[in-house]
Amino acid sequence: MGAFHSVPDDHQYRILSEKTGFSLEQTEILHNRFKQLSHNSDVLRRDDLNTIPDLACNPIRSQIVEAFFDRRNFQKDGNGPVQEIGFEEFLIVMSYFRPPSVHMTEEQREELRRAKLRCKNASTILKVLFNMHDTDNDGTITLEEYRHVVEELLSRSGSLGKETAKGIADAAMLEVASMSMGRMGPDEFYAGITFEHFLKILKGIEIETRMHIRFLNMDTTLLCK
Amino acid sequence: MQTMGFLSYIRPVFAIYISCAVLALLAFGTTTEVSPKPATTKPPYKSTALGPINTVPKVFPEPEKTYLPLFTINYPRVQIPFEITLWVLLASFAKIGFHVYHKITIWVPETCLLIAIGLIVGAIMYSVHEQPPAVLTSSIFFLYMLPPIVLDSAYFMPTQAFFENMGTVLWFSIVGTLWNSIGVGISLYGVCQIQALGVQDINLQENLLFASIISAVDPVAVLTVFEDVNIHEQLYIVVFGESLFNDAVTVVLYNLFNHVAELPVVDATDVLLGVVRFFLVGIGGMLFGFVFGFVAAFTTRFTKKVREIEPLFIFMYSYLAYLLAELISISSIMAIVTCALTMKYYVEENVSQRSCTTIRHVIKMLGTVSETLIFFFLGVVTITTDHEWNWGYILFTLMFAQIWRSLGIVVLTQIINPFRTIPFNFKDQFGLAYGGLRGAITFALVYTLPDTIVQKKLFVTATIVIIIFTVFIQGVSIRPIIELMNVRKTNRNLGTINVEIHSRLMEHIIAGVEDLCGQWSHHSLKDKFMRFNNRYIRKILIRDDRPESSIVALYKKLELQNAMEVLDTISGDISAAPSLISLHEEKTSKSSSKPKKPFLASDLIAMHEILSKNMYKIRERTVSYTNKHALPNDSRAREILVRRHTSIRRSLRARSFQGSEAMRSQKYFSLPLGQSLDYRSAAERFCHNGDGDTAFELSSWSARPRSKQPRLSSSRTTRLDTLTEVHSVASVEDEVREEQRGPGPSHVSSSSTDSRPRAPHQRYGSSGKLSIVDSDAEAEEQQPVPPPSAWIPEPPDQGSSGPQNPLLRRAQWKPQDQ
Repeated sequence: MGAFHSVPDDHQYRILSEKTGFSLEQTEILHNRFKQLSHNSDVLRRDDLNTIPDLACNPIRSQIVEAFFDRRNFQKDGNGPVQEIGFEEFLIVMSYFRPPSVHMTEEQREELRRAKLRCKNASTILKVLFNMHDTDNDGTITLEEYRHVVEELLSRSGSLGKETAKGIADAAMLEVASMSMGRMGPDEFYAGITFEHFLKILKGIEIETRMHIRFLNMDTTLLCK
Repeated sequence: MQTMGFLSYIRPVFAIYISCAVLALLAFGTTTEVSPKPATTKPPYKSTALGPINTVPKVFPEPEKTYLPLFTINYPRVQIPFEITLWVLLASFAKIGFHVYHKITIWVPETCLLIAIGLIVGAIMYSVHEQPPAVLTSSIFFLYMLPPIVLDSAYFMPTQAFFENMGTVLWFSIVGTLWNSIGVGISLYGVCQIQALGVQDINLQENLLFASIISAVDPVAVLTVFEDVNIHEQLYIVVFGESLFNDAVTVVLYNLFNHVAELPVVDATDVLLGVVRFFLVGIGGMLFGFVFGFVAAFTTRFTKKVREIEPLFIFMYSYLAYLLAELISISSIMAIVTCALTMKYYVEENVSQRSCTTIRHVIKMLGTVSETLIFFFLGVVTITTDHEWNWGYILFTLMFAQIWRSLGIVVLTQIINPFRTIPFNFKDQFGLAYGGLRGAITFALVYTLPDTIVQKKLFVTATIVIIIFTVFIQGVSIRPIIELMNVRKTNRNLGTINVEIHSRLMEHIIAGVEDLCGQWSHHSLKDKFMRFNNRYIRKILIRDDRPESSIVALYKKLELQNAMEVLDTISGDISAAPSLISLHEEKTSKSSSKPKKPFLASDLIAMHEILSKNMYKIRERTVSYTNKHALPNDSRAREILVRRHTSIRRSLRARSFQGSEAMRSQKYFSLPLGQSLDYRSAAERFCHNGDGDTAFELSSWSARPRSKQPRLSSSRTTRLDTLTEVHSVASVEDEVREEQRGPGPSHVSSSSTDSRPRAPHQRYGSSGKLSIVDSDAEAEEQQPVPPPSAWIPEPPDQGSSGPQNPLLRRAQWKPQDQ
């Protein structure tokens, strides 16, 4: 964390790019963006992200920002939020959104490993999503957490009140319960969505087509606010 | 021209009649009374037609005895519309015929059947030595038949998918069509040099013209197949978009080459001018479309008082755009396509629901009619015209068309793939190449070639061969092949609510992360556009932009009700599937080990509607693709019904919601008239099945205490007029109710002790007599009957006692669960 100087040299870029799968150019571009966001400092704080004007209209801005400051997303056994992140963490979180295999840097990377990486990619992105919902890190998305998500999601659509959000969240939760638990015993209570169930309910979504960003090899920093 | 044609028309009509009768007999065998007519029409026609023209001048000097004719037939007067009507009717009959046996259209595309019917009719006409009516002329095609077809495709284009893949679509349709035209044209020109074929007289320009005609793909059949097998969105939209835009490109090229074909010599300047013109025409058309789209949208802002002509504006503006573009000879197809795409979003928000439905229906209808006619006509022409059959040329055409298309797809895909988030794999490419059917527009274009083209007959023949080959062979075989190849599919059937929520969530996340990392693609671009759109364009174009203003507010309110009702139904249904979150000890035999269908499909749809409409308003999403031959499923009609139920249920809910201990005696309120016994038993069953459901239900109500409370007091205002009808019934019902009340309560309360609101509610959900019950309940609310003191709304403690969600509550009760 914060291990980088504001101008990492080529070697460091290389290490990072190998670690995250970004190409060197992309790493550099992202680093520029990082510096831009953090106002040339080594670490990025929440406020830096919260003030991005482009993001202002995003209903789930806080979740997205939070994902970058969630230790679970860049440490193996990490837990809990952090106050600031360095470029490496930034890059790691960003790399979840990298499409698999297309912009692979090492062309010579053998098929097997590539395939493995791809699998990993699809479920890691879901893991990130899951962590986004699971704010208290207890391994389940409880109804309240789910409600919160839906509320946030609906928060920009005007007159739709919290009630609807709650209703939808409840219905969704019931749906998960019915899908994942099958028939439940009389005394059973569905405590929350576990990650396995989460994977199960989102099986139908094509993660590849929806959750990937095409990282350009072009520096667009100037265009962004 | 038409007056000349009159005489020649009369005989075809006879043939059409016969064929119509034959077809009708084939299809259902009803319209036999049609056939006698031709016998009467034919002779009088000649007398009347010749009569006035030839004899009147002679007879005129002596003003003698023109008695009032008792019976006259003035066929020329009605001839044109008459014949057109007959053709349309015949084609429509054919369409009905196909769907008599539903499975035919699964395996054989409709276009094949239409052509086949056309062939039959053509054979009949040929056997009686008739010529097909010359209805398909260049001006008729371009001015009347093409616009509906294009408008149809453009209006029902899945907007979101299109914009996401716009680059690819345009790439394939513009560059692909150019590639095909030029490739095929030049190869054919090379083939023409072979002495043995005997077609040296076709020069390069004509070859290019011909090639541009046959490079217009029209994969209606393929789209239908793609839709049925749930092909993934990218492939679908590329095929869809390609077919739409390459019509535009083809027509531009067609005009261009048509012009060039008449030039004796073509030099470099002509080529350069041609290229410049190509872009000028295309972009000009697009601008034109934009302008008209916005004007149309702006106009509908003011049509609030004249709802009945709203749809007219849409048609007139698109047609006007088309005609004016035609007038200054820029791409009229581009104009109408852009116009439709631009205005659709705004217009549909401005116009009323009904107008919206009308617009969709009429557009679809006109489009289908003209396409059907062309295919039908193709069949007829195939038989009746004398062909110039040149084996070599035709086979080479067929071969080159296939080769260049496949080659083009492969090459163009290689170029576009690096720019796509999801590249096209080999299977997709095969789908694209194999889906290149030729269709109606190709035929119409070649048929309307000017007669100055020497080899027009050969071109027509070759085109027909290509169309028939692609439509019949590729069209029929594509379904098994696609299924066999297992091309990537999209799970497009309405998934679960979770999937819906998460797909929206993902879009937001992606847009957000893109913003965050400073990359942009269509996500963030679209985000920006939408912001601009919301901030400026919508303000200008849409009447009621602010959610507070009447229509939107009303709409939102309806949506809200809808949401409640959906929730209501869902919970009801879940309890019907007895296995969900059930606290009850007793597992009835009914309970299955796996809930097969936890939600009703209709509820899901409704839920999706809420999600797609309100949750993520800025990104309009087409849930289902539009079928080329059928209107997209719009559940609006249903909605009304749903809403009616909603509002009615709400009244129940108001009660059931308060149904804590005090309310237990309340259940009988909802006992349907005269059915108390049956329903009670049903109720009991439900009670047994799940107590948990009740709890959930309760809480789902209680979750909205605020929304419910005002309703009791001011329910009239929030209700829509759909409810007023209920009142009348209700008031009657109410009196009957009073008597009913006595016996009811004891029964129910005894039978189901701890499932308070569930029982009555379930009955509504499951009973076929919704209306009675509902109105009943409605009445209750309307005039609070004295006795049930418990019924009096108790807003304060509801909030405190109710709002716990069962899911949560259960957690408190049994933390160790699960």
